Amino acid sequence: MKEIGKYFIFLGYLFTNRESFKTHYSLVLDECVRIGVNSIFLFVLVSTFIGAVSTVQTAFNLVAPYIPKYVISQVVREMTVLELAPTVMAIVYAGKVGSSMSGNLGTMRITEQIDALEVMGINSINYLVLPKIVASILMYPLLVIVSGVCALMGGYLVGVVTGILAPTEYIYGIRYLFNPFTITFALIKAVTFGFLVASISSYKGYYTEGGALEVGISSTKAVTTSVIAILLADYLLAQLLLSPA
Amino acid sequence: MIEIQHISKSFGDKKILKDISGTFEKGKPNLIIGASGTGKSVLLKCIVELVKPDEGYVFFDRRNFTEANRNEKIEIRREIGMLFQGGALFDSKTVEENVRFPLDMLAVMPKDEKQDRVNLVLNRVGLKGANKKMPSELSGGMRKRVGIARAIVNNPKYLFCDEPNSGLDPQTSILIDELIQVLTSDYDTTTIVVTHDMNSVMGIGDNIMFLYQGEKLWEGGKDDITHSGVKELDDFVFANKVMIAMRGKTA
Repeated sequence: MKEIGKYFIFLGYLFTNRESFKTHYSLVLDECVRIGVNSIFLFVLVSTFIGAVSTVQTAFNLVAPYIPKYVISQVVREMTVLELAPTVMAIVYAGKVGSSMSGNLGTMRITEQIDALEVMGINSINYLVLPKIVASILMYPLLVIVSGVCALMGGYLVGVVTGILAPTEYIYGIRYLFNPFTITFALIKAVTFGFLVASISSYKGYYTEGGALEVGISSTKAVTTSVIAILLADYLLAQLLLSPA
Repeated sequence: MIEIQHISKSFGDKKILKDISGTFEKGKPNLIIGASGTGKSVLLKCIVELVKPDEGYVFFDRRNFTEANRNEKIEIRREIGMLFQGGALFDSKTVEENVRFPLDMLAVMPKDEKQDRVNLVLNRVGLKGANKKMPSELSGGMRKRVGIARAIVNNPKYLFCDEPNSGLDPQTSILIDELIQVLTSDYDTTTIVVTHDMNSVMGIGDNIMFLYQGEKLWEGGKDDITHSGVKELDDFVFANKVMIAMRGKTA
């Protein structure tokens, strides 16, 4: 409970004694490059393979002859949009970006760079953490969109190349009974997870105490806590936004 | 002038600082000395409130820093320059960007003026032409000098140096000490230096505070330190062979 309280106080400091918009603008851009552009390759790779594997496994499970083949791509679409792109990739995101944020801030802490900012009268939380959170909220939804497209493309390639289903069947399945709200839902999740990963990882890194070993421990804790928070938030959002009641 | 009154600090059950009071004068280096683990750096951090003291007050030119509100503290902190033990340079910025950082964040002046100021202080610390180097390319002494340049670029009223000589060879140590002394007198700052280096003590120790196990045991100048009559201080001072030889000669 104490830790949760400290986390919320930490979030409160994001908005006190703010630096100028101009300062934040360039910092946010830097973070966007670090978070977004540097993660694209990993996201494309992982999601393409996940999409491909989902297609093969769905086809393997749908053995009844009366189930049309386009159902395979329909299932892949629902899995991708609702869970794989926003949630599973959030775990990958926590591993790559979250650990990097935590390590970065942890190193700054143990090498007294954060103290140097504080002594200058600069709110180090506002200066260092707010741009990371804003960039994460901006970039993670974009990465989720890229991820979703790549997963569906991966499924398409494997489905067509291995002859599981015809291109027209795949496209038909992708469009069949499509509910556009699922995209909105995925983006709501993406914004939430982007915030959670950045804020939790920054919090863990910012309060690192000790030396290099503790920086590593903070990074591990940042990933673990972020993943737990993602899974909890995933359930809560599904319950709130998709529950029929 | 900085005044501290009854500063105490504990971490858990361990009492690190015990009721320390003292005054640090303007225009000359004030040294806080003592063996490792006696609370020197913690005291320095308590003064700037990087570590919040459990008890006691700090006054910057009679302004109560401890009881100041957040904005008042920020105002006072903007008058402070601090050199950290490892330099605390921002890894992702060049030497020039590091030194210009306080100006970019805190000062309102034209870009050219900022650049002139950066070049001036880099020149002052003997790092002319090192503008574009990254911190990873610098030696320990150079990092300290960049740290000093960053600390003084904004014309601070108060300068704090945490172990400025740690990890440096004796020659570079002397250069850093001289630099601190000259800058203190030229800019008329209130300077506090935390050190356990006897060369610094004998070189620039005009006003020395000796800490032992979290307590202030002695205060005075370098001329009195060798005959303080305080056993713990004698043990600290004459742990150094050069100082032992010096005592022999004096005797």
